[in-house]
Amino acid sequence: MKNSRLIGFLPWLVVGLLALFPLVESTFYMQLLTKVLIMAIFAMSLDLLVGYTGLVSFGHAAYFGLAGYALALMAPKYETVSLWWSLPASIGVCALFALITGTLVLRTRGIYFIMVTLAFSQMLFFIFHDTKLGGGSDGIYIYAKPTMKLGEMELGSLEKLENFYWLVLLLTAGSYLLLRRILGSSFGRALLGIKVNEHRMRALGFPVFKYQLASFTLSGALAGLAGYMAAVQYGFVNPEILSWHQSGAVLMMVILGGMGTLYGSVIGAFAFVLLQEVLSNQAWFGIAAKHWQLAMGIFIMLVALYMPQGLAGLAQKFGRKPAEETSDE
Amino acid sequence: MNKNEKAGYDRREFLLGSTAIAGVAAAGTLLPGGTALAQQGKLKVGLMLPYTGTFAQLGVAITNGFKLAVDERGGKLGGREIEYFTVDDESNPAKAPENVNKLVQRDKVDVVIGTVHSGVVMGMAKVLKESGTLWINPNGGAGAMTGAACAPNFFRTSFSNWQTTHALGKVLKAKGHKNAVFITWKYAAGEEMMEGFKEGFEKEGGKLTKELYVPFPQVEFQALLTEIASIKPDAVVAFFAGGGAAKFLKDYQAAGLKGKIPLYGSGFLTDGVLDAVGDAGEGVETTLHYADGLDTKKDKAFRLAYAKTYKLQPDVYAVQGYDAGQLLAAGLDGVKGNVSDKAGVIKAMEAAKIDSPRGTWTLSKSHNPVQDMYLRKVVGKENKVQGVAWKALADPARGCKA
Amino acid sequence: MDFAFFLIQLLNGLQYGLLLFLVASGLTLIFGIMGIINLAHGSFYMVGAYLAWSLSSMTGSLTAAILLAIPLTVILGMALERLLFRHLYQRDHLYQVLLTYGLILVFEELRSLIWGDDVHGVAVPALLNASIPLTDNLSYPVYRLAISGVCLLLAAGLYFLIQKTRLGMMIRAGASNRDMVQSLGIDIKLIYTLVFALGIALAAFAGMINAPLSSVFPNMGGQVLIICFVVVVIGGIGSVKGAMAASLIIGLAETFGQVLVPEVAGMIVYVLMAIVLVWRPEGLFGRA
Repeated sequence: MKNSRLIGFLPWLVVGLLALFPLVESTFYMQLLTKVLIMAIFAMSLDLLVGYTGLVSFGHAAYFGLAGYALALMAPKYETVSLWWSLPASIGVCALFALITGTLVLRTRGIYFIMVTLAFSQMLFFIFHDTKLGGGSDGIYIYAKPTMKLGEMELGSLEKLENFYWLVLLLTAGSYLLLRRILGSSFGRALLGIKVNEHRMRALGFPVFKYQLASFTLSGALAGLAGYMAAVQYGFVNPEILSWHQSGAVLMMVILGGMGTLYGSVIGAFAFVLLQEVLSNQAWFGIAAKHWQLAMGIFIMLVALYMPQGLAGLAQKFGRKPAEETSDE
Repeated sequence: MNKNEKAGYDRREFLLGSTAIAGVAAAGTLLPGGTALAQQGKLKVGLMLPYTGTFAQLGVAITNGFKLAVDERGGKLGGREIEYFTVDDESNPAKAPENVNKLVQRDKVDVVIGTVHSGVVMGMAKVLKESGTLWINPNGGAGAMTGAACAPNFFRTSFSNWQTTHALGKVLKAKGHKNAVFITWKYAAGEEMMEGFKEGFEKEGGKLTKELYVPFPQVEFQALLTEIASIKPDAVVAFFAGGGAAKFLKDYQAAGLKGKIPLYGSGFLTDGVLDAVGDAGEGVETTLHYADGLDTKKDKAFRLAYAKTYKLQPDVYAVQGYDAGQLLAAGLDGVKGNVSDKAGVIKAMEAAKIDSPRGTWTLSKSHNPVQDMYLRKVVGKENKVQGVAWKALADPARGCKA
Repeated sequence: MDFAFFLIQLLNGLQYGLLLFLVASGLTLIFGIMGIINLAHGSFYMVGAYLAWSLSSMTGSLTAAILLAIPLTVILGMALERLLFRHLYQRDHLYQVLLTYGLILVFEELRSLIWGDDVHGVAVPALLNASIPLTDNLSYPVYRLAISGVCLLLAAGLYFLIQKTRLGMMIRAGASNRDMVQSLGIDIKLIYTLVFALGIALAAFAGMINAPLSSVFPNMGGQVLIICFVVVVIGGIGSVKGAMAASLIIGLAETFGQVLVPEVAGMIVYVLMAIVLVWRPEGLFGRA
């Protein structure tokens, strides 16, 4: 079908266009876009849990923040650190933490699951807030950006903002493809099956717990990737990055975009950041911008009430087949 | 984090920073016509302050103070009109680098004014050190800003956390207290104030018997008040702020400790909460760089003008904002409004003697105010000045190799 | 710590626990009976406190303020249930999280617009404004004891309401099987509205009665919210008995934690919660 080809091609077009962005603007808006892409990875990782595994985590910022702290604590003060080992190591720390917490939290369901994930992230928050380990409540600096060297050759300094932007874009696209792959496999279908009817899958002999744990761990690892990049971007981590507000914000992105679609998470991250930018812009709203959170709150409530399928659902309403079904034939 | 390690790095960074600034300055003077061009445009001032959340009131007071200083100069600094850019930092450190980037990269401001929350200050420092943008901090007392993380473009018109409690050591000694207990929230500002007091008190031969911490931002003090009662120290020194301070003062009174064990504190313990606490604050003595009843000509004029303009009574935050405006004015006057001569602005600001409502102050080498710390006592609804607890107190600026 | 002070700390812990119960009881009711996860519970606590302050400064009496404010919060609760929450009963918890997250922002900003960002104090009623001496330099405020008394009364009242009354029976039945109750001709919608309003009023009442102790300040709801979640989860969702037990446990853990292991005091309750959930995932008194 021609139409579906076109839609399958669309993500590549978007990536291509995004790759050209630094030619247009290479300071503030490119950095903002970098941040949006990082949040998109973060949101996709949560979508894997919420949208595909049926587990609503309200403490996902724990893994995001943990990776940042892992990098900050691993990076030596005077020299640069190599991306090749610090990135896998940070992700590994998050995966391990997700594996451990996963075995505990997956014993619960529903509201309990929401609350327990929250409790674990709060625990981590207080560990970094109350101890000197990561600079306490003032946070900690990462003085130099990691290097990417192949032998003696520098592949591109991340101190250059464009390079960092491209790397993040590459990782976002990579994460998307990886998740598509995984979700398209028998593993992914089993996850969806568990989401729809856990008991049936168990009766069919699926090791439900193992599948969920695998999904939880993968999700934590991916959130770690996003957190690592976020820490590199500004070279600063603070306990606030693993607070429950952060967990709430990323959940908002997933739902706003449309959960269970992956690309919806990307759209959600864009829309959420854009909305914040617009509503709090004093140049446009003057004194009213001081109360921008009122507008934000009302908007969030409207989404919860009237847009359960998010922006992706809105797009589907306009008579299009969901891209999800067509892009991975 | 190890302060010495940080210091080593910062020295390098600092040297790089100064060369960069020298370069900018040179470019500014070499470019023909550059000066004239610059003077025609408006001066871009970026305000990064909390306008929502717990510290919203402080953000407004600082903004008001700053604008009052500008208005007193006919709306101009160094002969140039001002264009304001505002960002609500939400007191959220996680968003701090991004928010300050809005001002630096998007709006391309000439100077950044902000902010209240120490964690946000640290996030700003990271970005502003790299960009080299002029920065005046009208509140957040994080020691590192003018300590280990100091930089030539960083200025503060408020205080370092250390300063607000250091003078208390002398005060306690003079009152004959030999030992004391310090109680605060478990977070950076609290710990720095504790350090400041400990150092000052031990130098006078006093002994800090115990450091008590309440998890931040909890306000249940009963357990630790009981602990204090069992220790029976000569004096209690406390730092809390806002709602926490109000609750602590009330709980201290309700527990029957008031009047039995004298209470002292960093000035923030009794600032902005006296209406809320009734007589629970009465008699509490604190040190701070501002007080009620200073009765100087400057202070009277400032209070009158502020009350007239905003229909509000000014507080210490308004003074700090006002002085941020005054300091910037001094810097710009020094270069006749040519803000692209950054080295010139910095030099003029370093040399400035700020005629503040709190009294005259100058900047230390690390760009933190060298100022008189007043001993204040709560009388009615006022923090009445009792005298100067420490003349011209300077922050030790540990780790700053400027 | 000698024995006398140990006893006093025990008292402190129990009192703090009772205070927590006051706030958490409404949360557990809404959680348990309606299956609604309400992040905005802390905001209603804040609304209660601000109402107590503004009405008591108008009328000059906290008692009058509370009597005026309770009907107001009941109406607020009923209106919100009708307008917002009713649409979410059949939906995933996710949307409830979202809606109430939005509500938090709305309430904070409305608070800022209506009442400003100042810290305010509320006077303790003159009748209760006294202290009982415990040691030579420590005494206990009567008002705290009074609050504890109110908490115990409230707990007993809730227990009676749910276990012994006809309304309670309908509520319990509605919680376990909505459709069946509906088919028996009971107006389940009305029951839900009432339960929700009750939960909201409880949170607001906690804010009001606690206002003289806590003072009234921005974001005060956020501080109390998360700890109440912990209470509800440890106790078992929907169980008033569980909420009481968990409140007391947490009250004691925090009190002794601050004194004995101050370095990790902040995270004690979360560790406790994790332990309970590993041991009994449905909470101490929860239905499996």
